[in-house]
Amino acid sequence: MALDVARIKKDFPILDVEVHGGKRLVYLDSASSSQKPRAVLDAMDRYYETTHANIHRGVYSIAEEATRLYEESKTKVARFIGAPSARGVVYTKNVTEAINLIVYSWGRANLREGDAVLLTEMEHHANLVPWLILKEERGIELRFLPMADDFSLDLTDLDRLVDGVKFVSVTAMSNVLGTLTPVRRLAEAAHAAGALIAVDAAQYVPHISTDVVDLDCDFLGFTGHKMLGPTGIGVLWARDELLEEMPAFLGGGEMIRDVRLDGWTPNEIPWKFEAGTPPIAEAVGLSAAIDYLSALDLEAVREHEVSLTAYAMRSLTERYGDDITFYGPSEPSMRGGVLSIGFKGIHPHDISQVLDEEGVCVRAGHHCAKPLMRKLGVSATARASFYVYNDEADVDALADGLESTARLFG
Amino acid sequence: MPGLEDLYREIILDHYRNPRNRGELDAPPAARVEGFNPLCGDEVVVYLLVGGDGRVADIRISGQGCSISQSSASMMSASVKGKTVDEARALIRAFKGMMSIHEQRLDGSEDDAADAAAQSEVKMGDLEALQGVVKFPVRIKCATLSWNTLAQALDEATAPNA
Repeated sequence: MALDVARIKKDFPILDVEVHGGKRLVYLDSASSSQKPRAVLDAMDRYYETTHANIHRGVYSIAEEATRLYEESKTKVARFIGAPSARGVVYTKNVTEAINLIVYSWGRANLREGDAVLLTEMEHHANLVPWLILKEERGIELRFLPMADDFSLDLTDLDRLVDGVKFVSVTAMSNVLGTLTPVRRLAEAAHAAGALIAVDAAQYVPHISTDVVDLDCDFLGFTGHKMLGPTGIGVLWARDELLEEMPAFLGGGEMIRDVRLDGWTPNEIPWKFEAGTPPIAEAVGLSAAIDYLSALDLEAVREHEVSLTAYAMRSLTERYGDDITFYGPSEPSMRGGVLSIGFKGIHPHDISQVLDEEGVCVRAGHHCAKPLMRKLGVSATARASFYVYNDEADVDALADGLESTARLFG
Repeated sequence: MPGLEDLYREIILDHYRNPRNRGELDAPPAARVEGFNPLCGDEVVVYLLVGGDGRVADIRISGQGCSISQSSASMMSASVKGKTVDEARALIRAFKGMMSIHEQRLDGSEDDAADAAAQSEVKMGDLEALQGVVKFPVRIKCATLSWNTLAQALDEATAPNA
């Protein structure tokens, strides 16, 4: 069933905000961070107003209720990504911390000098810099699957590149190009090579129905604030047996079973990886976000985004022809709702500045993917990205704003 | 609420469309310094030749960036040509003062009064067109990129072994 975007828009209080003297807010930067529906804001307010206490400690009623809400959110997360149980769900601060956890815990315990890890040229800095740090520390080898001319992942040399690697870590969807990568195929290749595979699903889980068993991945990271939830909460899902074997990452309260002056023993998973007071209110918000997305139905969300992306590419091309460049796959069904554009050679900062005057929010810059930008041969792009609350009128506002940009700089 | 006309003054757009002193110089003898804006990936390369008389004999700018960083670099190059090294440094100080006092503090330089004095003593001329950038805080780094790079180039050109 198609999304009723007019009704959905009403659920997001921020979309009533007017900017620059009465301009409607046209929010096209959800790939950076999504907006929050009233249901999420209310759930978090209600939690703080009625229930807040630290979890896993108090024996009093509100502490027990807070603990229940926190653990319930993990069950919802597990169900949302098709995970067999909530034991594999670790809360982190964001997906960046989730990947750092993999690198610092699994990577340090298992990788030695000369061991190889396979990434792609499309990675966000979050799935590149932690590996570069480990490379400096351990002398591991990093290999990269290249981007093809059509902006897809080039698998021509996959067999050669994956041969002998110990670990594969790939994005499921490029935050710059929108390219969907063949995760299942990569998982198959990784496992055939005797390697594990981690998936950076920050841009994937919010938009596409996800099943970790079906994807056959070993680790999956994503973040709450890109899926209608609050900032400050990310998820690392991993297979139970991997988490069992991995050493602790951050030390402190909560992650221990016992502490003596001469040592400590770790808590059970997943709490072994959650040192200190976790993001409790954020977990409550994430629960509400998952409920909201589930009620919309992820299949309908995906369908909506494919059709809106197709409309955007079609209408911008009709209007601007060769003056507009799309950095990403040309077929909407092969990509996410992320549209990186070049326009008449005008710098993306200037495009974004003029669009802002019209109330249109897009992202300008390198999108934390500098190696990819170098490969594209540009220092920056302007990026519009779509979510459940965007409609064709928002795309039209973008197209109109580009005309203002052309008038000023053309 | 500041409007686009505060930012994109006609003179700024003119320098953007027709950048002055665009190109390269042989380095050495010229000093060559690259500047990066890590936020947006903009880059500027300043080639600076200081003559035996202690004046900026020639300056060239290359690199890429937005209209603000490009026009600021162009205006910078036009305004320091022929100036003594000390005059150029005073102009950098005055320009950065005009952009933002806080930026100056982050750079570890001195107090507000000294900045104000530097600003009042130096004729900014066309550069004043860039004053509107202050109302768009994210863009201040675009405007100051070439000036910070010039400061480094001046240091290099006047270093004892240069």
